[in-house]
Amino acid sequence: MTTPDFAPDSRDTDIDRSLVERQLANVWSTPRGIFGALATVDHKIIGRRYIITAFVFLALGGVLAMLIRLQLARPEARVFSPDRYNQVFTIHGANMMFLFAVPVMEAMGVYLVPLMVGTRNIAFPRLNAFSYWMYLAGGILLWAAFLLDMGPDIGWFAYVPLSGPQYGAGKRADMWAQMITFTEVAALAVAVEIVVTVFKQRAPGMSLDRIPLFVWSMLVTSFLVIGALPAIMVSSTSLILDRLVGTHFYNVAEGGDVLLWQHLFWFFGHPEVYIIFVPAVGMVSTIVATFARRPTFGYLPLVLAVIATGILAFGLWVHHMFTVGLPRLGESFFTASSMAIAVPNGIQIFCWLITLWEGRPVLKTPLLFVYAFVVTFVIGGLTGVMVASVPFDTQVHDTYFVVAHFHYVLIGGAVFPLMGAIYYWYPKIVGRMMSERLGRWVVGLVFVGFNLTFFPMHLLGLNGMPRRIYTYQSEMQWGSTNLFISLSACVLALGFLLFFYDAIRSARKGPPAGDNPWDAGTLEWATTSPPPDYNFAYIPVVTSAYPLWDEREALPVATGLRLDRREIVVSTVGDARPEARESSPRNSIWPFWTAIATSIMLIASVFSPWAVIWGSVPIAVALIGWFWPKGVPEDDA
Amino acid sequence: MKQRAVLDLSRLPLHGMGSASVTWWGTLSFMLIEGTGFALVIGVYLYLESLAPEWPIGAPLPDLGPGSVLTIILLISVVPNLLISRWAGREELRKVQIGIIVMSLLCVAPLVLRFYEFPALHVRWDSNAYGSIVWTLLGLHMSHLATDLGDTLVLAVIMFTKHGPNKRRFGDIQDNALYWNFVVLTWLPIYGCIYWIPRL
Repeated sequence: MTTPDFAPDSRDTDIDRSLVERQLANVWSTPRGIFGALATVDHKIIGRRYIITAFVFLALGGVLAMLIRLQLARPEARVFSPDRYNQVFTIHGANMMFLFAVPVMEAMGVYLVPLMVGTRNIAFPRLNAFSYWMYLAGGILLWAAFLLDMGPDIGWFAYVPLSGPQYGAGKRADMWAQMITFTEVAALAVAVEIVVTVFKQRAPGMSLDRIPLFVWSMLVTSFLVIGALPAIMVSSTSLILDRLVGTHFYNVAEGGDVLLWQHLFWFFGHPEVYIIFVPAVGMVSTIVATFARRPTFGYLPLVLAVIATGILAFGLWVHHMFTVGLPRLGESFFTASSMAIAVPNGIQIFCWLITLWEGRPVLKTPLLFVYAFVVTFVIGGLTGVMVASVPFDTQVHDTYFVVAHFHYVLIGGAVFPLMGAIYYWYPKIVGRMMSERLGRWVVGLVFVGFNLTFFPMHLLGLNGMPRRIYTYQSEMQWGSTNLFISLSACVLALGFLLFFYDAIRSARKGPPAGDNPWDAGTLEWATTSPPPDYNFAYIPVVTSAYPLWDEREALPVATGLRLDRREIVVSTVGDARPEARESSPRNSIWPFWTAIATSIMLIASVFSPWAVIWGSVPIAVALIGWFWPKGVPEDDA
Repeated sequence: MKQRAVLDLSRLPLHGMGSASVTWWGTLSFMLIEGTGFALVIGVYLYLESLAPEWPIGAPLPDLGPGSVLTIILLISVVPNLLISRWAGREELRKVQIGIIVMSLLCVAPLVLRFYEFPALHVRWDSNAYGSIVWTLLGLHMSHLATDLGDTLVLAVIMFTKHGPNKRRFGDIQDNALYWNFVVLTWLPIYGCIYWIPRL
């Protein structure tokens, strides 16, 4: 990381472009080798790592899902023991929510938001590196615990008293609670980075009404993370305290309360659903505009709908608790709010339909995934309005009806758009196209496989099959439907396998993508595929919401940035007027050491409360190493 | 694609202060996260209190002494804290150096007092849910005091090195001062909860 040829304060003005690019590459590059890999703070490398890791966890969680289907395929099966089964469904749920769905959405933001707002790196790039290592450590903790037969067996929401000291013997519940700590630290860090990147690092001219819709979605998601995740931190920490040092938060005999857990958990747990879903609607809005060949209909309603969804998300949590015997008036309020959230979501659906109706839709794989999403999500939304009603919910609570409902909204509502988004942005990230022919097969297999798998679960639920049961007797008459579901799940799994095959194969064999293969309108397509280390040689100047469509002749850009340090533009929150040239931190190994030190402290604290004290010392040392000025140009103003 | 230069940024400052700095916004975001955490724990306190037939549960009222002295010290500390932020804005190194030493001492004092606060509660964390929540409230706030002390000490050392007289460091001083205000401000509702709600 030297800056040989350029004196301090040298600028890019009046220097040949190729020289500018060479010097920027010099200043922003990630060195090869292990050290470079551990020390990098490039949002693209970290984002890519995050995405790949999340998909590995998706695959692992999928294996558990297939094991569950194997066990349930026939009555009285004994594929594995009831104890193992409890771990399998708990880890399937916890893995999919905490290690796949939330991280993968944030990861897409980590990779794409800086490119879409026209900056050179995410805000707080070292925090970003730290976040990834924490996430990875949390994932390894959960899976290592499972392999050591220490996996949590308490359901993904870990209700007390089952997870408390009285019933949850051993360290299984602690593994769940501490995995939460890891992943939430990671998620909160990314949320802060995205909020500040969107507020302060937008390219000059990108006023609030020119922010790409995906970026709006990630901004709202980040605020949801900031508002909701502290609740799960409070609940998991108090659970560990009850289990480890004998506090009584959830011990009724000593003035504690079990419903307190459910309130805290669902105050996080319901917004969590929208933390997964809101990025997905941003992906849909982006894909719809590009393939309808026109700006989305109703930019303002779409933005307002996303914000309204984000606010209403915090007023719904009690609908997960309708059967615990709360006051009637409270239940009515939460029924109303649960139905109200269908309104902004309905508005979005209609905006997308109008965009497609008014445009000239090009039926490529990403858009096919959007079609699959609309159909599936509407079904999931309708059953959502059904279970918002207390009498109906009382009948189907804890049955397979609910399992069907949330898989419709989570897979249909979030995973389908995500897969569409992968087909859409893969060329930008990798520089090569995925296969259109295989893509159509993937959409078909996943869509058909999904609906054949999960639609019959509604019926099983109405017929009384409870969630989480290990097995059932043949007299219950659920056998043939369950066998059908398990066979259908193979079709769904085949679709995912084909998707993974296509993604891996195309990285080497896909046709080169070029800068803008879809002729899209937003800034990430203004640079090469994959983007250079510095993203943009010259920071774009934005004049509309789809700058690449409206500036076809030549993209307006800004000059005058320094070449001897990593420099970005800081702009005002409202109208993105440039107000400073700020430095962006260089690569550093310290976030990695901080994550190692934090992991040691967190894991040791499951076994001894004193670990919090002695474990803080290495963390403090690592943090000082992280923040101590190194005398490089980035450290000085 | 083709590009045309339309804007020259070379006259912009090399580092923005206050709301023009990304770290200022980062500090604000972390305050939002931690503020939500504090609000939730206070919510837990009120929730448990609303369920309990008597409050405090099985313990006498907490002594007012240590907690009130700590509150007064925290409130007094706001004055030098605001001053150091102003001096940092004017980049007056000598005054900032003196101020950061004063602030380091003012961070240590409440931490010392906190060790007298825990016994003044007259209940252990493992006695009952009341003990659990008041210890958690004090402990959570104490972790913020300790973090800010560490931050302030490191900054104090840096201000006496060659890295001190630098616009970016002065910005760090301001962000640190902002965070201390947050630590003081969040203490007030916690103080009200622990010491005055049981007296209502």
